[in-house]
Amino acid sequence: MNEKLAIRARGLTKDFGDLRAVDQLDLDVPRASIYGFLGPNGSGKSTTIRLLCGLLTPTAGGANVLGVEVPKDSRLLKPNIGYMTQKFSLFGDMTVVENLQFISEIYSYPKSQRTARVNELLEKYDLTQQRDQFAGTMSGGQKQRLALACAVLHKPELLLLDEPTSAVDPQSRRDFWANLFRLAEAGTTILISTHYMDEAERCHRLAILDHGVKVADGTPRDLQNNTGMTIIEVLANDPYRAQAIIDDIPVVASVTQLGIRLRILIPDAVGDALNLVTDALASKNVQAEVHTADATLEDVFVAMTMKPEQRAA
Amino acid sequence: MKSLSRLMAVMRKEVRQLRRDRLTFAMIFGMPLMQILLFGYAINMDVRNLTTAVADESNTHLSREFIASLEQTQVTNIRYRVNTAAELEELMRGGDISVGVAIPKDFDRRVIDDNRAAVHILVDGSDPTTGSIVDALRNMPLAFDTTPKQKKRDQIEVRPYYNPERRTPINVIPGLMGVILTMTMMLFTAVAIVRERERGNLELLINTPVSSAELMIGKVVPYIAIGLVQLALIVWAGDLLFDVPVRGSIIDLYIAASLFIAANLGLGLFISTAVKTQFQAMQMTFFLLLPSILLSGFVFPFDGMPIVAQYLGEAIPITHFIRLTRGIMLRDAGLGDMPGAIIYLGTFTLVVITAAALRFSKRLD
Repeated sequence: MNEKLAIRARGLTKDFGDLRAVDQLDLDVPRASIYGFLGPNGSGKSTTIRLLCGLLTPTAGGANVLGVEVPKDSRLLKPNIGYMTQKFSLFGDMTVVENLQFISEIYSYPKSQRTARVNELLEKYDLTQQRDQFAGTMSGGQKQRLALACAVLHKPELLLLDEPTSAVDPQSRRDFWANLFRLAEAGTTILISTHYMDEAERCHRLAILDHGVKVADGTPRDLQNNTGMTIIEVLANDPYRAQAIIDDIPVVASVTQLGIRLRILIPDAVGDALNLVTDALASKNVQAEVHTADATLEDVFVAMTMKPEQRAA
Repeated sequence: MKSLSRLMAVMRKEVRQLRRDRLTFAMIFGMPLMQILLFGYAINMDVRNLTTAVADESNTHLSREFIASLEQTQVTNIRYRVNTAAELEELMRGGDISVGVAIPKDFDRRVIDDNRAAVHILVDGSDPTTGSIVDALRNMPLAFDTTPKQKKRDQIEVRPYYNPERRTPINVIPGLMGVILTMTMMLFTAVAIVRERERGNLELLINTPVSSAELMIGKVVPYIAIGLVQLALIVWAGDLLFDVPVRGSIIDLYIAASLFIAANLGLGLFISTAVKTQFQAMQMTFFLLLPSILLSGFVFPFDGMPIVAQYLGEAIPITHFIRLTRGIMLRDAGLGDMPGAIIYLGTFTLVVITAAALRFSKRLD
């Protein structure tokens, strides 16, 4: 086992009946980093996380998580991982402090330090005010802070977060990420799944999943630099007409409208993409400003999840 | 050690949640009390005050005396007086009366004739208690003496042991214990685990060091305590309101009840592993509850059931528990007198709990 890796998975596969939810997944997650799963709903993010903590048994393949073989010994893993579910899964009919106490008890946190640890978490996750409030009556952001506090209470080495920010407002999301960075800095490995691009961008490393297949992985910057696509941006007065014209160019892999701008992906292999678009628009007398742009993660996502024949042009 | 403290944590949590769930909490204590009152007061198998019509075609001194003594028995309550037997039939068809008394014209002669019945009594056979009505009417102490005959002594003397006054609550309440415990224990446990699954709590819990056994035992133990409290409540109310005795050892009763509660909790757990929603859990519970009431000997006499129904009845735990409670409470029997029931309950509990634990895995697939 590589000391630097928290998770090493090879050929991880899971079938639900005829559906292959996760397909031959290889994964290397370095310790003390934030690793993101980016993908649309149904791309296998949640299933992968559940496979990695032994909640599901893989159809084929396996993983080594924190030096423990999964699924064989996943029982040994439980004390060292923290898990946060997509849906709020704490007890709504118990107060914040009762929930934290219950978690501290089932993780057998040293008795003498339990109260201190609970108070520390209330402080750290800004829940002191809600201490005696029933968890079920709190706002989305507060519930999420409580869920995170419960997940990290026993100081796990690995934190698995399954779309933790899907039910909270932008400010809560920012605070949440500040907490994640603080945890990673202290040595916790964090695996997080998301479908928000801005969140994916904050991860140290990313894997893009599509229909259960890992289509790309690397740092966000690497991914952006290696799309294999030239990005062209077009500012046109009549974006609909411009889009129709560009759609007719056979080598164009994708056109997306963003307000009055069009974002066009053309495979690098085509060469001189800029002139291709400029000429096409000029020949139909469409006034437009055309320039190249840097790839965003959204572009990476679009490029990586398109069909191979489109990508090859 | 760690395991024990985790178990305690699960139990404490369960009790805390239960205490906050006012409706469930009220059910735990409200249901036994309500059922005792219902079954004790409303259901009365004693036959009295039957609505009656009399057609006195004879209208003699003797027949009027007969009617007067009929009224005194309190078995009948004479509401109508009509002229012909045909009118009696009409009233009965309309549901106005349960009993019709027809006194023929030659009543006086018939009374002294040993070969002919003096009076015809019509009984509404659509009523399920017809049998007891007929019995009650036969045994009416009618004091109209014409030719005073020495009544022949009964060839067979029947003595109702253990319940000489034949009071209904005495027969009903020991069985009612079984029904109440079945209902509450099975329902609460069946729902308890499914509810956590529905709310997502289970997904969190199975990712913690808590084991399936700790989770299951932790959930079940508080309910055993609740079941015993319910039992105490029924015994107390039965004694206070209806003088239902506990002639045998109260400790035996609690031992039998603990075993029976465990059997039902096991069944509840098994249901919860087999269903997906709380609604399904409730459906399953009621599906199993009906045979418990009908086939256990609680309502209908066990010996009178068809042989297949008897086999089915033998398979459900409540049948054995009712035998135990009736034995201990009314017949002063000890557990040792009824080893079959104890062995059955113990085996049943072991089987269902093992099955439930095997079906419940700490995985989601």
